[in-house]
Amino acid sequence: MNHTATTGGGAQAALREVEHHFDYTGRKLGMWLFLFTELLLFGGLFVAYAIYRHVNFADFHTAAKDLDLVLGTVNTVILLTSSLTMALSITAMQKGNRRLAVWLVALTVLCGLAFLVIKYFEWTAKISHGIYPASPELMKLPQGEVRFFGLYYAMTGLHGLHVIIGMVLLTVMAVVIARKPFRVHSFRVEDAEEPLAGARPAIVDAGGWPLWKGGVIDENVEHLSVVVRLKPGPETIHPSDYVSLENAGLYWHLVDIIWIFLFPLFYLIT
Amino acid sequence: MEHGHGENGGHVVSYRTFVGVWLALLMLTALTVAVSGVDLKRLSVLTALAVACIKTSLVLGIFMHLKYEDRIFKVMFLVVVVTLAIFIGLTFTDTTLAR
Amino acid sequence: MAVDVAGRSHALPDYLNHRAAYSGILSWVLSTDHKRIGVMYLVSQLAFFLVGVGLGFVMRLEMLTPGPTVISNPAVYNAIFTVHGVIMIFLFVIPGLIASFGNFFLPIMIGAKDVAFPFLNLLSWWLFIIGAFVAIASLFTGGLPDTGWTFYVPYSIQTNTNTTLALFGVFILGFSSILTGLNFVTTVHQMRAPGMRWGRMPLFVWAIYATSWIQILATPVLGITLLLVMLERMLGIGVFDPARGGDPVLYQHLFWIYSHPAVYIMILPGMGAISEIIPTFARRTIFGYKFIAGSSLAIALFGSLVWAHHMFTVGIGERAAVIFSLLTFLVAVPSAIKVFNWVSTLYRGSIELRPPMLFALAFIFLFSIGGFTGLMQGALALDIHLHDTYFVVAHFHYVMFGGTGFALFGALHYWFPKMFGRMYNEKVATIAWALMFVGFNVLYFTMLLMGWLGMPRRYYDYLPQYQSWHVVATVGSWILIAGVLLMLGNLLVALKRGEKAPDNPWGGVTPEWSTSSPPPVENFEKTPTFTGGPYDFPTEVAR
Repeated sequence: MNHTATTGGGAQAALREVEHHFDYTGRKLGMWLFLFTELLLFGGLFVAYAIYRHVNFADFHTAAKDLDLVLGTVNTVILLTSSLTMALSITAMQKGNRRLAVWLVALTVLCGLAFLVIKYFEWTAKISHGIYPASPELMKLPQGEVRFFGLYYAMTGLHGLHVIIGMVLLTVMAVVIARKPFRVHSFRVEDAEEPLAGARPAIVDAGGWPLWKGGVIDENVEHLSVVVRLKPGPETIHPSDYVSLENAGLYWHLVDIIWIFLFPLFYLIT
Repeated sequence: MEHGHGENGGHVVSYRTFVGVWLALLMLTALTVAVSGVDLKRLSVLTALAVACIKTSLVLGIFMHLKYEDRIFKVMFLVVVVTLAIFIGLTFTDTTLAR
Repeated sequence: MAVDVAGRSHALPDYLNHRAAYSGILSWVLSTDHKRIGVMYLVSQLAFFLVGVGLGFVMRLEMLTPGPTVISNPAVYNAIFTVHGVIMIFLFVIPGLIASFGNFFLPIMIGAKDVAFPFLNLLSWWLFIIGAFVAIASLFTGGLPDTGWTFYVPYSIQTNTNTTLALFGVFILGFSSILTGLNFVTTVHQMRAPGMRWGRMPLFVWAIYATSWIQILATPVLGITLLLVMLERMLGIGVFDPARGGDPVLYQHLFWIYSHPAVYIMILPGMGAISEIIPTFARRTIFGYKFIAGSSLAIALFGSLVWAHHMFTVGIGERAAVIFSLLTFLVAVPSAIKVFNWVSTLYRGSIELRPPMLFALAFIFLFSIGGFTGLMQGALALDIHLHDTYFVVAHFHYVMFGGTGFALFGALHYWFPKMFGRMYNEKVATIAWALMFVGFNVLYFTMLLMGWLGMPRRYYDYLPQYQSWHVVATVGSWILIAGVLLMLGNLLVALKRGEKAPDNPWGGVTPEWSTSSPPPVENFEKTPTFTGGPYDFPTEVAR
């Protein structure tokens, strides 16, 4: 796409008019549809849980006592807090505070890390007691308890995997937010107001950092024409285009919601 | 499609609202943990699930902005919930399962 | 309908001759143009179809005599029908018309330039190819999977063959399907051109929309189920394995929760194509547009309620059996509505029996048989007798092959000129169709009777009383295959040497016919606006 601009401010405005395939509602809709698939993915596990729990009510009750309620509750609080920081980061971005947004996203990732650390300790504790899939210890337990732990590892394992994915996603988001929003390839100026001979054209960003420098212009040049081609650059997130951050946030909240259900179903049915 | 920038939903939820929701979520968590200590037999699952549903509604509605979205998003979400309910419900009609 | 585009000046190069960023094969496999992606799906699917046909051919040869005929080891036969099923279902019929024609025509039919997420679209195709190769690789890296395409536990957990890899391949394919569904739903909601309101959309679009929802909602359940079986094989996680306290019937529930809606993923786009072909070749507006559109949604909904009718004989409780039997009868209603409406469209129409229409009419006949035989199995008492016999095999071939297959071939003959800018030899196409129709019925109607008389499915050996039936069926398969090869050969020749196609060879009135054959990269020279009804035929249309 070719654009023209005569002043720096105009350049910024012109740069925003680029035809990039941008449908905000569409992007959000796509993300929600993806979340629905995640709900159904975990849904299959919830079907299994519902059936087995219904039949092995007492055994599930017994097995649940083996889980550490304190750690489970702490993890729940951690994830709820991470959802808070995630939501706050969107508001920060909307208010134009990119720096705060980055910090809040980083905090969200840290919460995720804390969650995983606790999960790690929970799992290793169980494993050291011989409670893991197909272990001889586990096989000695009544059928309902075997089912409980099978589902426990499957469901918290899959959830943990999603926490990791979310953390990676959010880390990328944080990096992208911190990056400069626009990339310029080249620039076109018509009807220069001053003689151009001896000058070197350059395009600088708002911070004065040169984005492009041309060669020295010789005499008698009255019009300078440099073609701007805005490449569809890497993803950007900034106060007028942060749908990626919102979508990543949606993913993270989903991870939280799944845990909101896992927590009572595994820890609170004692 | 050539939509301009800036049409970013627009609706800003205040920091305060989010913190308020968070506090509510913490209280609900405390509630559900406390209730789990009380033996309500079969009702305990239902209470735990009910609280989970309320917490989820808060996260969905406010953190995830669903309350402020176009109606179509809410309709779709309902379709998903109903679908999952059907899958679980109809599977339950098979009383010979998991004996 | 009336489509306002800036005339058909053919000033723009078409999508096949567009100078892309890459050249040669890269201009295809790295293209985000929905039309190229649609063609790539079509070509890949047809290639896999031919592999599946080859396997079917071998199976029929084997069944010419009881005992070993061309295969000496029964385990190999088990592997062949497993792979035949996996390839045909996951690599041909499920992507079916939606991945190929859906990709090509959905944006065009709503006046859009492309789908909502073109890059995701390309990714879907790559996942399709990767999943296909992973699944096929399982044939060569250790024992051929022999569980049947349904992977029932406990055998799928215990068998030493390379089932984990096959499961993983199918898992990847599931993602391809999910992402396509997601893309298409967003496209229909967000990218309709001015005037293209919901009530004006071609019925193919309605069909794709309904199918996309099934893909989004049902496929993840398959994903998790297969993932659990993989975990059971690798880690012994104990959710389904009875040796570890699991319930194998639970596996079947979860498997069929996807796999029954999957058959509606297979058939709905086919029905959508039929709804396009019939009005054009009857030169009449479709009868009952709203009911056909609504029935697509109804099939998607009701189709999600009937899965346990695949499980009547495994020991589900009587209450569940009765409930699912009733729901199964209900799901036939929206399909029947479509059949009535198609036939009503024909009534007093000005019918032209050209190849697409021949396939469409064959579809109605074959799908009806398939549908009736499905209803028969929905009746509990009958199913006890018919389950796991050749009756079931015939039933699903009638709906999947006679249904989706013939719809796909009909769509291919309908949209071929638009997609490739060439006409094919209609006489040869008609002969091929006739061979296919005759061969199909000789093969599969015989199986209906054979199954009724008790011939079990997935059996390598059989009692001598079935032999003459098997011979008849096998001969039918040869006629059918001859027809298929003739049909595809005819189209292949047309690609190179066919007459150049006009923009609207059939006199259709849906949006794709108002742009050039083949369409330009951005589908229309200018964003169109739509007015009028979806299938308004003027009394005379210039060809």
